[in-house]
Amino acid sequence: MTDLLTPVLSANWGTERSWTLDGYRASGGYTAIEKALKLTPDEVTTLVKDAGLRGRGGAGFPTGMKWSFVPKDNPNPKYLVVNADESEPGTCKDMPLLLASPHTLVEGMIIASYAIGCHTAFVYIRGEVLHVHRRMQAAVAEAYAAGLLGKSILGSGYDLDIIVHAGAGAYICGEETALLDSLEGHRGQPRLRPPFPAVAGLYASPTVINNVESIASVPAIVGNGVAWFSSMGTEKSKGMTLYSLSGHVRRPGQFEAPLGITLRQLLDLSGGIRTGHQLKFWTPGGSSTPILTAEHLDVPLDYEGMAGVGSMLGTKALQIFDETTSVVRTTLRWVEFYKHESCGKCTPCREGNWWLVQILKRFEAGEAEEGDIEKLLDVADNIGGKSFCALADGAVACVTSAVRHFRSEFEAGYHTPAWELFPYGRSALFAVADKSGAHA
Amino acid sequence: MSGHEFQSFFPDSGEVDMSDPSTSIDETTIAELRALAARYPQPRSALLPMLHLVQSVDGRVSPAGIEICAEILGITPAQVSGVATFYTMYRRRPGGKHHVGVCTTALCAVMGGDALLDQVSHKLGIGPDETTPDGKFSLERIECNAACDFAPVMTVNWEFMDNMTPQKAEKLLDDLAADREVTSTRGATITSWREAERVLAGYSDGRADEGPSAGEASLLGKQLADENGWSAPKGEQA
Repeated sequence: MTDLLTPVLSANWGTERSWTLDGYRASGGYTAIEKALKLTPDEVTTLVKDAGLRGRGGAGFPTGMKWSFVPKDNPNPKYLVVNADESEPGTCKDMPLLLASPHTLVEGMIIASYAIGCHTAFVYIRGEVLHVHRRMQAAVAEAYAAGLLGKSILGSGYDLDIIVHAGAGAYICGEETALLDSLEGHRGQPRLRPPFPAVAGLYASPTVINNVESIASVPAIVGNGVAWFSSMGTEKSKGMTLYSLSGHVRRPGQFEAPLGITLRQLLDLSGGIRTGHQLKFWTPGGSSTPILTAEHLDVPLDYEGMAGVGSMLGTKALQIFDETTSVVRTTLRWVEFYKHESCGKCTPCREGNWWLVQILKRFEAGEAEEGDIEKLLDVADNIGGKSFCALADGAVACVTSAVRHFRSEFEAGYHTPAWELFPYGRSALFAVADKSGAHA
Repeated sequence: MSGHEFQSFFPDSGEVDMSDPSTSIDETTIAELRALAARYPQPRSALLPMLHLVQSVDGRVSPAGIEICAEILGITPAQVSGVATFYTMYRRRPGGKHHVGVCTTALCAVMGGDALLDQVSHKLGIGPDETTPDGKFSLERIECNAACDFAPVMTVNWEFMDNMTPQKAEKLLDDLAADREVTSTRGATITSWREAERVLAGYSDGRADEGPSAGEASLLGKQLADENGWSAPKGEQA
């Protein structure tokens, strides 16, 4: 049995100047790269595949498999793009990783690039996190100066450049094909697949796009081996991962644990729901993953466990809401987010989310009409699965799951405003006048 | 009829303000813009960082900035405008010295973000997307900023201001208004929105070493593991 918590990626967070090259080396950094460069690229890919690492950005696709899809006979350059556009509501794991230990990502990028035969790699970081840019830019500069990037890394004959790139405010750019359009200097709108990025991605060349945490896990896997990694986690969800607890818990934070830990265990670690309150609903992996309730406290937080209860592991962003919280208000806010972030390319998503907001505002104000629940679900049904990318599916996931678990609260919206049923001030962490925060 | 007439929805992304042709872009800026374009395998990839740099010089995406980016990249001004109006971080008109963001996405909103937005708005006397008459502050109702374990969250010039309360917000704005030194909870000393934009363009301000390695919430799991003697299994290299 492995321990309840298994800090690997977070093991050096908080240590002396952990973000610098010296700090990272002091905690054993840049040793895996030496090991990797002695293997053939294919051996590195096989190792990551055998370890069973699955994408940590939401979809859970096997990382090594993604790498192996890059065609070897394609004459175009190969590219690695790291998705650091962390914007999914609730998700807050990659930014602390990059603040505390950007070199973990740099080392992972070198190994991954070597494996797929890439000589130019990119980190696409959302723009709204200034200090993350500083730390990442500084880490890349230090790595160049130390011969870890540039020509013939550590004398291996292998060359790699890393470009740190700033986004400019667009959730949609976390969607991998929209990210590529954005990185090519266009509006960030998703592409139709196929062709998949592995075949025709950045500049129509073979491209691997991975989440920060996925790539940051690679040095530990290469350094410690397949057996080590797969000794943590469950049968189909291997390894350790970062769980992010936020909301109405006593102590929110990051918890690195083997896949398969439960919310009950995580709540114990975070001191439970805030004093005097009970769990009402939660998301397992960001607002795009259907909400769950206290009934699901003991379901393993792994890919299969969450799929088994009609949700998704997503980004492992556990947003916890207690009984003071209005489901209607929260759902409205999430859908307002999707409405704001819809890129406008697909009509069902652009128009549909706008319609959902109109209807949900009626529920919040207690002015919904008989039949509005059905209308809500009907509009949702016309959005989900009917657009290019998963933003649309994510947008309706919170709506349909909220109605499924809390239908009576929506019915109450036929006559009573949400702020009367759930005075908003009670959900806040500090005293506020009850009418405050309505924004109706 | 229910009174809900059908309307088609196209978000109002606005246009670049072409009425004010003023610019501070000079030869140095143009050289820096060219250097950004040269960093990428295909120059157009530099457009987002280039627009960040334009903002850092002109305080907004200026008509001159659009023309110059288009010329350097060999694309049309309309193509540049199309990009500039898609992303929320690009300003079409001048803003304040400091950009204040209040997160009101669901979790922050519920935990106090809505009340903070009301408070900040009232104190500054402006609504979201407005600038104070003295040019000191712009206010934005921001979406999730990847700091949910520090909710409710505000930002100043895209630096984290974690675990906000009405008292902290009051002091923060007073300090900024009086030009007193303000430090991000997980970042550097607050400078200005323009200086922040220059860093985002890729030009270092030498402040990477300021601030902590991690915030308290980020370290919680590791701290509990240490206290309980929990760790990952030993690997091959051990």
